[in-house]
Amino acid sequence: MNLTAPESLIFWMTLFFLIFFFLLTKFAWKPILKAVKERERNIEAAVDEAERVKQEMAKLKADNEKLLQEARAQRDQILKEARELKEQMLQEARAEAEKQRAEELAKTKQLIEAERQAALKDIHHHVAKLTVEMAEKVLRDQLADKAKQEELIRKNLSELKLN
Amino acid sequence: MKVALLRTVFRVFVLLVLFSGPFSRAQEGHSGHAEAATGEAGHAGHEKVDAGEIVAHHTGDSHEYLVEIPFLLHKTIHLPVILWTGKGLSIFSSARFKGDNEGKVVVTDDKGNRFVRIHEVIYYADKVKPGDKVSALDFDKRPLDFSFTRNALAILIVFGLLFLVLYYTVKGYRNPKKLPKGMAGFIEPIVLFIRDDVAIPNLGKDKYEKFMPYLLTVFFFILFSNLVGLIPFAPFGHNLTGNILVTFVLAVFTFILTTINGNKHYWKEIFTPEVPKALWPIMVPIEILSMFTKPFALMVRLFANILAGHTIMISLVALIFILGTVYVSPVSGFFIIFMSFIELLVAFIQAYIFTILSALFIGLAIQEHEHGEHHTEETVH
Repeated sequence: MNLTAPESLIFWMTLFFLIFFFLLTKFAWKPILKAVKERERNIEAAVDEAERVKQEMAKLKADNEKLLQEARAQRDQILKEARELKEQMLQEARAEAEKQRAEELAKTKQLIEAERQAALKDIHHHVAKLTVEMAEKVLRDQLADKAKQEELIRKNLSELKLN
Repeated sequence: MKVALLRTVFRVFVLLVLFSGPFSRAQEGHSGHAEAATGEAGHAGHEKVDAGEIVAHHTGDSHEYLVEIPFLLHKTIHLPVILWTGKGLSIFSSARFKGDNEGKVVVTDDKGNRFVRIHEVIYYADKVKPGDKVSALDFDKRPLDFSFTRNALAILIVFGLLFLVLYYTVKGYRNPKKLPKGMAGFIEPIVLFIRDDVAIPNLGKDKYEKFMPYLLTVFFFILFSNLVGLIPFAPFGHNLTGNILVTFVLAVFTFILTTINGNKHYWKEIFTPEVPKALWPIMVPIEILSMFTKPFALMVRLFANILAGHTIMISLVALIFILGTVYVSPVSGFFIIFMSFIELLVAFIQAYIFTILSALFIGLAIQEHEHGEHHTEETVH
């Protein structure tokens, strides 16, 4: 290898290296490293921000969920109450109806009884009347014999003694 | 040289496609590049091709810079020679050596100093004679040389390219609210990777910022040098990180950063290691030595990896000329493509390794005393 005089290249290499080391440091490395660092800081900040927003969103979502749950529970409660009320009302109505029916029945029974009594009375009346008429007819035929008449009357009357 | 060779290969490929083998014999040779031209298109064998010389020429440094774009441009730029003679600077164009590298052409500067060039090293003309065995280490025979050589220009090109790319990257960051556009898509992941996987794990979360610019500069310089070295034409194709002087300077910077940032605990570990006192005479020198071996390993690892890659590539091209037949070129071409992919991988891996080890060494020097540290130390060796 031809090296010429070693001091020549050592001198130029040292000179150029130092010159360009300072030039590159000032005009290239520092700006690039600074830009990269700044960008990294920005990215880090953005990531942190995103994380924060995500957490907030999760919190909001949880809140919403809770609210929804509460609403649902409330709805269930209301529905339950309504159902109970309905049941109660129905029961009440049923009881009322039952009572009314019973009353009606009682009234009807009374009425029937009264009617029956009336009918019975009527029948008694008719029977009595018929009997009397019959008796009259019979008597008219048989009243020739007075003693016999009385006897008969007495005997029949005792037999008739209601019902 | 490499560029010329690759041009040759490129031409051979085109001709193979266009005319099939035998017709490519009609290829014209190029002037001025004896090794390449004579080896071209099946006419090799007349002249010996010294692959070692070609490799050495490409991977080494030179005062001349060959700008070449296949088919279009073929031009040698003579870079300035800058010498320190002890009495003052002496600056002149390397064109005055007229391509001579054997010490035959004597150049006289305006102060009357006379120089010759032997194997890309400039000596005082009156202290060496052509054919003398001299080396760059004979400091008494040569002036101090601060020439703006081919590799110096390559450093400037790589840093310039890096600066341009990063300039456009930073432009994309103008609006801080928006994602950066364009080049940032390529640069930013690497920057983040260096920060998150290299700097922070090794240097600690509260200390890494101070060293980020250095680690990034080193990483991108090595990466760009490696990648630029893979592009086979001007103004690219340099063997920069495969030059030991370049990696030496980088390793020295890591060493300096490690040493000046070393805390009390770091120095305590070196001069009073946690071993029985009887072992100190052995341990302390080892610890002191390890201060230097760490950056030395950094220097050699990067240098050797990249140099090996370039050497293999050029050797594969040279194979065509060594074997002297154009029919080898598809084989060479296939292996060059294959190697290029491996080198692409190596380009990233070596830049990464240099950076992470620098971070680790600095990290070891600055970390607070913890019990877990021995585990990290083990991974170094």
